Amino acid sequence: MPFNETDLRAIGLTLRLAGTTMALLLVLCTPLAWWLARTRSRWRGPLSAVVALPLVLPPTVIGFYLLVALGPNGPLGQLTTALGLGTLPFTFWGLVLGSLIYSLPFAVQPLQGAFEAIGERPLEAAATLGAGPLDRFFTVALPLARGGFVTAAILSFAHTVGEFGVVLMLGGNIPGVTRVISVQIYDHVEALEYTQAHWLAGGMVVFSFIVLLGLNLTRRARLLP
Amino acid sequence: MHLSFKRLRRILGALTLTFSSLHAAQAADVQVAVAANFTAPMQEIAALFAKETGHKADLSFGSTGKFYAQISNGAPFEVFLSADDKTAARLVSDGKAVGTTLMPYALGSLVLWSPTEGMVDGQGKVLATGTFAHLAVANPKLAPYGVAAMQALHKLGLADKLQSKIVMGENIGQTYQFVHTGNAQLGFVALSQVMKDGEISKGSAWRVPAEMHAPIRQDAVVLVRGKDNPAAAALMQYLKSDAARAIIQSYGYGIIE
Repeated sequence: MPFNETDLRAIGLTLRLAGTTMALLLVLCTPLAWWLARTRSRWRGPLSAVVALPLVLPPTVIGFYLLVALGPNGPLGQLTTALGLGTLPFTFWGLVLGSLIYSLPFAVQPLQGAFEAIGERPLEAAATLGAGPLDRFFTVALPLARGGFVTAAILSFAHTVGEFGVVLMLGGNIPGVTRVISVQIYDHVEALEYTQAHWLAGGMVVFSFIVLLGLNLTRRARLLP
Repeated sequence: MHLSFKRLRRILGALTLTFSSLHAAQAADVQVAVAANFTAPMQEIAALFAKETGHKADLSFGSTGKFYAQISNGAPFEVFLSADDKTAARLVSDGKAVGTTLMPYALGSLVLWSPTEGMVDGQGKVLATGTFAHLAVANPKLAPYGVAAMQALHKLGLADKLQSKIVMGENIGQTYQFVHTGNAQLGFVALSQVMKDGEISKGSAWRVPAEMHAPIRQDAVVLVRGKDNPAAAALMQYLKSDAARAIIQSYGYGIIE
């Protein structure tokens, strides 16, 4: 057995974290991406820049600010405490919050691109046939943007699996709660357990390759009639 | 093109000056890998070292385990200040460090610390009350201070009881950060992190008695890459000087003769 028990827990936790993050991002980012794709507001530029920030910022910056902001003296920490949630660092939901921010652009940008590609015409045609705004969104826009949803789901899931810096800053390395695969690999390397590190690290390479290959294949399938 | 004699002489003069100043100082750079817990004292020591010898020590800070992996894989460090006595010895037996230069430079002290006044009492009894959500400890798999902290908890008979409250930092620096930001109410950190000029500068603390854990002996060694660098030898010598020792002790470390 190449994986020991803590490795398996790290794998399970990582999949749970990535799955939760992906699901929440798809729900939260759909209205955001729709608005970004269609608005003429002067806030579009600044908001697009904010959405793209995690692409550019070092994960340690995100992790550090989250650790400070979510702590008992930080504004978000005081909010979560007042709501009776306690403080979020060192918890699974703290990592989910960090991952939502970290993977945000990977969900918003494919969705926004897909919505923009639809253009005005199908929606106007639907309107002339008597479809209301909600009807147009659910029966015309969403099906046409299907490809964007597939890409957003795959990318946000995979990007969360590959997360390291934010989790390291925010997690506290608790087995089964915050010790994800990347942290487990880091621990193995630091403790000179190179064989264990190789199994997990090699697994990540294979996983990432399969994800990107799959992404490529779904894109081609969509392009072909 | 015509160079006046005066101008030529000026150029030659400038060149001579440059060469002679290079020669006179014989100043060299030395790349030093420093265990995270020794960050603050080493910065002070390096500043004095530069002033007194003219050599410049370029410092990198990190965890001892990571430095071991990096040095084993050709990292360009010339001197290594480890957080323990095992890793430096291991580099010697791997042929990556010069065995004759191996020496202890500091004896680490462990402290249970909280930034909140009155949180930690003078005997560490707060641990038994469990009136906190998180206790930060350096990962014992990676950090000598984490090993010492877990030994102390076992000695108190609290290791199992507190297991669910422990959050682990990858090194003693991150452990301190968890406590400093208030996310963990208290934690086992290095005395050097909370001590300045012989005093614990803020919050409340319990200095864990040395007999509650195995000694945290921190060894320094010259690496094979630095064996011909005069600045590396000078730095090792300087670590034993009275000036350096005064700094080391002011951060709460012990000295081993």
